[in-house]
This record gives sequence, C-alpha cells and structure tokens, in this order.
Amino acid sequence: MVIKGKAHRFGDDVNTDYIISGRYKFKTLDMNELGRHVMEDLDPEFYERLEKGDFLVAGKNFGCGSSREQAPLALKAAGVACVLAESFARIYFRNSINNGLHALVCDTSGIADGDQLEIDLESGTIGDVTTGAEIDSGPLPGVMRGILSEGGLVEYIKKYGGLVAEREGE
Amino acid sequence: MEGKSAVGKTISEKILSTHSGRDASAGNIVIAELDFMMAQDGTAPLAIRSFERMDGTAVAHPERAAFCIDHSAPSPLRAVSDLHDLMRAFASRYGFELNDVGEGVCHQVMLDKGHALPGSLVIGADSHTCTYGAVNAFATGVGSTDLAAGLLSGSLWFKVPETMTVTVSGALGPGVFAKDVALMMVGGITADGATYHALEIGGETISAMGLDGRLTISNLAVEMGAKAGLMEADEKTLTFFRGRTDAALEPVSPDPDARYVEAVEFDVSDLVPQVASPHTVDNVSAVGEVEGTPVAEGLIGTCTNGRLDDLRVAARIVEGGNVAPGVRLIVAPASREVMLGALAEGLIEVFVEAGAVVVPPGCACCVGTHQGVPGDGENVISTANRNFKGRMGNPEAFIYLASPATVAASCLEGRITDPRRHFDKCPVP
Repeated sequence: MVIKGKAHRFGDDVNTDYIISGRYKFKTLDMNELGRHVMEDLDPEFYERLEKGDFLVAGKNFGCGSSREQAPLALKAAGVACVLAESFARIYFRNSINNGLHALVCDTSGIADGDQLEIDLESGTIGDVTTGAEIDSGPLPGVMRGILSEGGLVEYIKKYGGLVAEREGE
Repeated sequence: MEGKSAVGKTISEKILSTHSGRDASAGNIVIAELDFMMAQDGTAPLAIRSFERMDGTAVAHPERAAFCIDHSAPSPLRAVSDLHDLMRAFASRYGFELNDVGEGVCHQVMLDKGHALPGSLVIGADSHTCTYGAVNAFATGVGSTDLAAGLLSGSLWFKVPETMTVTVSGALGPGVFAKDVALMMVGGITADGATYHALEIGGETISAMGLDGRLTISNLAVEMGAKAGLMEADEKTLTFFRGRTDAALEPVSPDPDARYVEAVEFDVSDLVPQVASPHTVDNVSAVGEVEGTPVAEGLIGTCTNGRLDDLRVAARIVEGGNVAPGVRLIVAPASREVMLGALAEGLIEVFVEAGAVVVPPGCACCVGTHQGVPGDGENVISTANRNFKGRMGNPEAFIYLASPATVAASCLEGRITDPRRHFDKCPVP
C-alpha cells in the first residue's frame, strides 16, 4: 500500500511528554480528545495544521521517556499516518507497532517541513516528491511485521490466541 | 561473526534464556515467561481496555500481577477517580493485588513487597521499571497493550539486548551521592547512548554503595535509552529481601567470557555535585555552573530519590534551618514503608519544622498531575528523573534535577546551592 501526505518536521529526542502531556493523559481514555493536544508543548498549532494522513518526521530517539501508550494512540487519533525517524526509543517503538501505527527508521536528514512524501509500506521505500529523493527504511523483526500486518497486538492475539514463536532467521 | 552460543553469557542473556527455555543470545527474539508484571494509574486503564479488546477472560497468573495507584493519588479530579475505580474493579474481578492510594510509588512497592527479585524477569507499564535492575532483576518498561498480553498469557516477546558495561571506581567525596553519579552517567552516555542495550553497572563505587543509592542509578538507565540497568546481587541485596519473600533467591552473574558491545568506565574520585538543567536529562553540569539560579519549588521524593537514605541526607541538611521565604519544599516518601521509617527516625518532624510540605507516599508532583504544579516562569529543583518541558504540568516552568542534598540546600537558600556549603551537616554516603 502506498500512502501520501505532508511531512511535519521535528528534531531529536522528542519525548512522550511532548507527544502527549501528562496533564491530559491521566484524565481520559478518549484518544480523540488527547489527539487534539499532540505535540502541543513543542508546537501549539500542530493539531490545527495537521491533515489526516500526514507524516511526522523527526531526528534520533523519537518517543524517549515515559512508557505511555497514549503517545502513539493520540498521534494516530490526530490523523498521523506514519512516523519517520532516524531512531526510536524502544518502548515507544513497541507501542507504536502494537497499535498499528507505522514507525519507519530511516535517514530523515533530507526531508524538510512541508515536503510531500509517498511511502510504500510493503517495501518501506519513502519517496520525497518535493525533492525527488528516494529513501529506504530498515526491516522490522518478523514478530513486529506479524503484529503490524494484523493491525496491532490486540488483533494479533485475538487471531492467534497468544504470541507465536517466529521462525529463526526472520 | 563467530558462533555466539560458544561464548559466555551476559546477565540479560542468562535471564532471558532460563525464562524462554532456549539458549538465547543478543539479537534473538524470545517468548519468555514473566515472573511479575505491574501497571500504574497512568497506564493500567489502557491495559484494561486492551485486555478486554483481546477478549481476555482470565489473568494467567494473578499471583504475579499488581496494579498501583500512585501517579495521581489521592485523585485530584473526578475523571481520574473513575479511572482509579476501573483499576480497583479489574484487580478485584481477576483476583490480583491492588496497591491503593498511599502505598507509594509503584517501583518502591514492587521492591518493598518482594515482587521484583534477583534473577527474575519483570515487566512494568512504566518506563522506570528498569529500577529493579539494581537488585539483579531483568526489569523493563513496556506499554499498556504489551502489559495486557502479559496478563492474559503470562509471557511476552523480547529481543535479547546487547549489553554495555558501566564500571564506576573511586570513593565519593562528602556532599556527593548516587544521584550525582547517575546524572554524570546520563551526561556522559547521553539520552540515546544506550538505546536498545542493557547496562551491566558495577565497580567498587557501586559495591560500596547502599541499595537505596544503587536503585537511584538503575532508575536513570532508561534516561540513556537502556532496556535494563542491571547490577550483580551481593550480601546487601540478599539481606534486603530477607522477610519479604518465601521464594528462593537465584541471583545471576555474567560469565567471565560474556560478549559486550561497549565498556564505559567512570572514576568518581573527583566528582562534584551534578545538576541536569532544562529541558533534557543529559544536559548535565557541575552544580557550580548553575549555582545562584533562583528556585521557587523543590521536590524530594519519587522513584529516583524517595527512599530512606535520601530522606536522611535531606533531613540532616534542613535540620534546624528554614525553607527560604517564597520557596515550597515538597517531600514525598516513596512508599508507606519508607514513610513509617522516616516517622520512626523523626525525619518527618524535621521536614515539617523546617517549613517543608510532606505529601502522601506516591509520585507527588513529578508528573504534573497534582500536589505542586509550578507557576509560569518558575524554576524547580527536583530529585526526580525527568526535566522535560511541561513535565510537572506547566510548559512555562523550568526543572533542574539534582541529589536530595542539593535540593535541600537549595531550598534553604532559595537558589541553587552546592550542598558542600553545608558540609558540616552533609554525611559521608
């Protein structure tokens, strides 16, 4: 599947407090409500500028800090289709995949704010339509590909009844 | 690369091998049986929702699970009260432990109640679950849906991490504590310097340190991106668990020929008190570089520094003095047990007499939900583990992180202060 959207550019070490602040997340399980406050402390107008299907593009260590799963959930509810980063903090990365929000590890240095991107989710290839550049993303472990292909860990567990040992080499 | 199974194993490889029933090496993906799992009031409600969406009808091992109400406790809001009730009802329905308001910060409760044991595999829906690495548990933070899968099945998948060794040598000088060592490490290794790796932290400084200080150091492992902050167990570790568990303790040590990706060494003989300035934990400098910065609020507590050794040091410094006019010093013992210990030793009386505010065991104002949200433009000096913009509930405030001694001294003076100026009252750790 190829998805298209606009890049919203952020820097290194975007922590989960910035993605969704603790002053909101303890109060509700309504992700649409939380979605309105994503990235607010870094960019108060982010939610207003975001269009459904857009991409969040960051530097290294995206999602560091707290384990809050509200971070990928609120991004997804706000309409973010995929996050691209040089690297992800490990708990965030698992949470994102567990909730079916694609997270691509790739060289984001050439992607500017506002660039139009086309992402082939099967091959992990990112086309920057604005600059004409093509960027490859790294492969996911087999277990994560399995979870993502079911749409998340909840759907995966419902289908398989538990975690399934993957074949060696995957 | 040579056959990895031919070489010795790290602590992580050993614990993940015994818990997955296979010979696991770094890079392998394993499904491992969990010894304990925990969630708190910021993460449990979502875990409950995921569990129900998975059509869960039973918790695989209720004796290995606990919820803790600590992040907004007692509840400051009606909506939060409803989420707390959801947790109580779920724990009651599935027959596992619920640590209600006042029991303390989840991580200290897991230790006090003997749930996180040497050699065990523990997950917590809280990033600072890595704290129990200090007692030789492979303990790591996960999200709510992973926690739900753990509750349902009793196991979870893990990528066996590579390991970095961190060796600390030298004796700490007066006024310099475990928190200063931890901040120095984060400053040196940086916020993503250990991402996806386990740390094995050791050396003469760690061996000489009490358990409370070791927990402070492992607590900050995740601030370097690490998956676990492991230490070997010793007599101090085993003594701590006496009377807290009936389980046989099975500490795990690395093999002498274990394979490591990196070895980092620190000599702390000349270390001075450290401060992490806004807005990142790795923005670390000597206290002298920020000395004199005015502070409006101080926090002594949290899963980083709310234990008895921390309160003892802070009480020694504030004893007989007064919190400076216009400054709020908030003290939050990490657990009910710590609170009782502090009461028995007269520490709470010292804090209250000096003008501090003592709040119930729990996370206090660390995460910005209640009990001390700072005002616009205010500087806070805190013993917590995060100084991100907005962390304490106000993006217009500035958070500095330091040891309990530095926070106590700073609140007496109303500005960031080198605790060695109170040298006469500053006990040697």
